[in-house]
Amino acid sequence: MTTLIEAKDLRKKFGAIKAVNGINLNVSAGEVLGFLGPNGAGKSTTMRMLTGFLEADSGTVQLAGVALDTDPLEARRRMGYLPEGAPAYPDMRVRDFLMFIAQARGFMGSEARHRVEQVIERIHLGQVLGQTIETLSKGFKRRVGLAQAILHDPPVLILDEPTDGLDPNQKHEVRNLISEMGASQGKAIVLSTHILEEVEAVCTRAVIINKGKVVVDETPARLVARAPEESGGSALDAVFRSVTSGDLEEAGQ
Amino acid sequence: MRRIGIVFRREFSGYFATPLAAIFLVVFLFLSSMFAFNIGGFFDRGQADLRPFFQFHPWLYLFLVPAISMRLWAEERRTGTIELIATLPLTMQDLVLGKFFAAWAFSGLALLLTVPMWWTVSFLGEPDHGVIVCSYLASWLTAGAFLAIGSAISSLTKNQVVAFVLCAAVCFLLLLSGFSVVLDFFRSWAPNMVVEGLSAIGVLTHFDSMVRGVIDLRDVLYFASLIVAFLMINTAVIDWRKAA
Repeated sequence: MTTLIEAKDLRKKFGAIKAVNGINLNVSAGEVLGFLGPNGAGKSTTMRMLTGFLEADSGTVQLAGVALDTDPLEARRRMGYLPEGAPAYPDMRVRDFLMFIAQARGFMGSEARHRVEQVIERIHLGQVLGQTIETLSKGFKRRVGLAQAILHDPPVLILDEPTDGLDPNQKHEVRNLISEMGASQGKAIVLSTHILEEVEAVCTRAVIINKGKVVVDETPARLVARAPEESGGSALDAVFRSVTSGDLEEAGQ
Repeated sequence: MRRIGIVFRREFSGYFATPLAAIFLVVFLFLSSMFAFNIGGFFDRGQADLRPFFQFHPWLYLFLVPAISMRLWAEERRTGTIELIATLPLTMQDLVLGKFFAAWAFSGLALLLTVPMWWTVSFLGEPDHGVIVCSYLASWLTAGAFLAIGSAISSLTKNQVVAFVLCAAVCFLLLLSGFSVVLDFFRSWAPNMVVEGLSAIGVLTHFDSMVRGVIDLRDVLYFASLIVAFLMINTAVIDWRKAA
């Protein structure tokens, strides 16, 4: 399988705090990588470095074979990004916003309209097309963010909390969409989440980071298998707690 | 160019998505004509020209331009959309220039709407049309310089009020340094070089000579270099502190 995301030894300091302290990630075509970790572990910072929004202090990123630091525009063309909180221009109407993104992505005229129509159908945005983004519910806002990220059908997708704020039905729908894009369209997808069941539902791989370092990198099934026998409730919760609260050794096989 | 155009279109239509555009245009038209008629003595002078109209423009821009420029970047930071546009296949120059030209075009639109003043003097007398064209250019260049300053300042903060106040302060200093009262104050004791220097960086020195109807390349270069310099600062600031 081809490696579509290749991050080597990413590091980032904010003042004296080492937010990301040497992260390596290789994500292949068809993989859906669930990115987990407690708040402040460096998830968003890592994703921002993968997309080039933040410059890493050291380390390199390649997206679909293009180095982010030598050819940033070409690398960005091959990537779709849903930033944390799904930011969008509040005064713009949904259709105008998606048209703007399509044009900024280099699609012109009827091609741009066609792309927008396609994504609207795919994400079911038809009923809110004429509304301004500030009037949308949190769920629709998130879906608009997802729509702009996949509009150009990129090989690489970076999604920061794509299902946050969605109701159970919408969550189910978005998860199906993500699984499909990974499995049948062969995209490399990195998504961050706080919902551990989501990792089991859509991800082919789970990476847990803590204090800026990768502490777990394996399949969700094996992650569940690591759970201590006596743990009540969710097995994943127990693993997550044990690896991110310092007793890493006890949790390992 | 195409990419700048895309940013330009989004920004320019953005002005009309809120009441901002309408309020700005009405306030600008109302104040500029009020100043011309009531303070500038448009009718009392008995001359068919637009001097009393244009001479107050830099002072109007002092608080109207920061009102446009304050949101240019501060808003992108506050709503987080900067993360969206900075990861699109657009360069920082595309974004900075697209935003600036949209704001400048908007201020140009405000100026265009004052053309009835021109008709009025043409109806009342025989004005020197060359001087009026020159004055329009001077006014638009002044707005452009202030907008570039405001855009650079807006990129430093996510607080629009801070951006407004700082921009107004910097523009005020630039205006003051060419104001005859200030220059006279320095003339009494400072060496001639200081006075000349202050007058050279002052907006009013260049604005006044253009409003008189003289297009001097140095005046145009003065405004152009202010615009270029502050847009370069703007680009550098955004590049360094995208997240901030």
